Amino acid sequence: MSAAPQKAKAGAEKIEVIVSAVVPVNDLVTRFEFRRPDGAPFPPFSAGAHTVVEMNDAGRTRLNPYSLMSDPADSGTYAISVRRDDQGRGGSLFLHRNVKPGDRMTLSYPVNLFPIDLRGRKHVFLAGGIGITPFLAMIAQLEKLGARWELHYACRNEALASYADVLTARHPGKVRIYYDDRKQAIPLGDLLDGQPLGTHVYVCGPKGMIEWVHRTATEHGWPDDNVHSEEFLAPQPGQPFEVRLCKSDMTITVGENESLLEAMERCGVDAPFLCRGGACGQCETDVVEHDGEFIHRDHWLEDDQQASGTKIMPCVSRFVGPTLVLDR
Amino acid sequence: MTIQFNDETFRGDYSFRNSPWAIRRFPFPFHEDSYMYSVNMEQHRGGPAGSVYEKRFDVDEHYVSEMRDRAIVLAEDPLRCQSLPHMTLAGWDLLELIMVSKSEDYPDLFELHRDGERWRWVNRPMGIDDTFTFMDETTLPYGPMEYITRQTQGDFAVLDQRDDNLWMDAGMVTTQADWSLDFDIGMNFFEWHAPVPLAHEMGIFKRALKFLMNVQQGAPARRLNWTMTVNPLLDTSPENYHKWGIQKTELTPENIGAKQHLRVELQTFYRLPRSNALVFPIRCYLIAFQDLVTVPKWGRRLHRVIRDLPDELATYKGFIANRPLMLDYLSRYDDGLPTSPGVWPDLDTEPPLQK
Repeated sequence: MSAAPQKAKAGAEKIEVIVSAVVPVNDLVTRFEFRRPDGAPFPPFSAGAHTVVEMNDAGRTRLNPYSLMSDPADSGTYAISVRRDDQGRGGSLFLHRNVKPGDRMTLSYPVNLFPIDLRGRKHVFLAGGIGITPFLAMIAQLEKLGARWELHYACRNEALASYADVLTARHPGKVRIYYDDRKQAIPLGDLLDGQPLGTHVYVCGPKGMIEWVHRTATEHGWPDDNVHSEEFLAPQPGQPFEVRLCKSDMTITVGENESLLEAMERCGVDAPFLCRGGACGQCETDVVEHDGEFIHRDHWLEDDQQASGTKIMPCVSRFVGPTLVLDR
Repeated sequence: MTIQFNDETFRGDYSFRNSPWAIRRFPFPFHEDSYMYSVNMEQHRGGPAGSVYEKRFDVDEHYVSEMRDRAIVLAEDPLRCQSLPHMTLAGWDLLELIMVSKSEDYPDLFELHRDGERWRWVNRPMGIDDTFTFMDETTLPYGPMEYITRQTQGDFAVLDQRDDNLWMDAGMVTTQADWSLDFDIGMNFFEWHAPVPLAHEMGIFKRALKFLMNVQQGAPARRLNWTMTVNPLLDTSPENYHKWGIQKTELTPENIGAKQHLRVELQTFYRLPRSNALVFPIRCYLIAFQDLVTVPKWGRRLHRVIRDLPDELATYKGFIANRPLMLDYLSRYDDGLPTSPGVWPDLDTEPPLQK
């Protein structure tokens, strides 16, 4: 239209930060706290938001999304809690092994793909393992607003129950912990049946838990819009494959341990993204031509779109076959 | 720059006027000699010095009089400002966004002093100096959204984002191009756009919704929209159609240059941080045809756009009946010369009218 057309940049706006604390929570989980170098306040955020952490791992850029777990009202600090994944692609290992207080890092502005429905008369949080992190921020926000909530939190055992002690001490009567090693399980059916009208349920945890909650809620007559979930997918390794990018006029190879999005970025292609976890839709790319099989792993495309072979989400999805041409 | 605020009216004797400064910075919406819908979004990150795009919330010579007009509308019809109960947090977000932006962008006009949650807000043009507690509604004379939008030009639609849609759950709407907040409150994006012709078939709204839901914190966006208004009326609402609709029949070849106004909306889009809602400020700029044609490029181009506009659009925008009269007038300012690309007046480089 008008004034000074500017091309949208890939990803969200960025914030330079200094690591202010690295706090081991238990054998697997470490909390990283950040402040701004100039002491300025952080942008406020809404509970449920994540930030994308940029890591320079020996020359290789890693971009991993983590839920902001700090109190949204505390503009002096952003905090994330990271579970070490020894079998993963290395982002969490890098954070655990290399990041020290005083280090300078870059975060993205908060992006919220898992917001609280503020119309809710009551909010029920269902956490599995490290899926507790967004709920820490949600609880802080709802406490300030004086809203009704309760948390049901499933953990492997007491030693790995991140923040369970703090939560139960601070909010007696609102928090229940379930330990796998004691054969305890969230009584989901009863829990859903007992809620007042206007309750919203939020689940964050392993894929199986999320599916279980959605399926059970449907079976118990819950409207889909009252059940909220967030699952970040990490890109999975796979066979290397070749891709022709027709707008950029180049052919690139996606390596075994990188995503298609990362391969494009490595080759200097400015591809859009936000969540890097198959949820936000920002990196959706048109397929011009293909001969082979797609491995769609995103939550964004509809089943028929995935089956049609005309779209791919480069942040998490891959391809097996001789020919793939993308409109990028 | 110090702004001289006009003392003017947008009703009754219609004493509204644009100064030469306001004419030159008018947001002319046509970048070429024809117009069709598009998802014409760009980032809202400033613009040329002095232009309406430069600041986050543009303040101009009409500010004080526009706020006076808003107060009149609200006194007659309080339902122009509504906020569903879950939108109060978004109201605080909006209050913070505007106070921070205006005090940074216009330090000679607005001041914000923050001591924890204790805030002092000084609005010099309106003679306001209030101290209140952020997030405590009892310390303000109105709800946070109403308080700040009584002091900010433009309408405000505050949209909740949930269930893969946007919902019109709060707003301040007194300077609108014939739509009603009271009618649209609680509707989703597709519902409130249902009356717009052609655009649905073009897939415009699906793409626009996708774009808007991805507007992120710290990265606001903007676009322009436009229509036509007879007399410099800010409040062209359905609620008051019986008062202003009839005025469209009062155009004559003699008065059209003064009475007929191009109405342009600078629409901006901001993600609100605490609530994750989206605010959609819709700022209305009016310019009389006789002022607009003092810029030769704009006179040439407006004639061509109005002449070639599809009938559906001229009908939807409410000026199909007056189009022949407009074209008679505007054709006098179109000499057939080519126009330079883009929206700017280009007064130094475009030739004067050759007839």
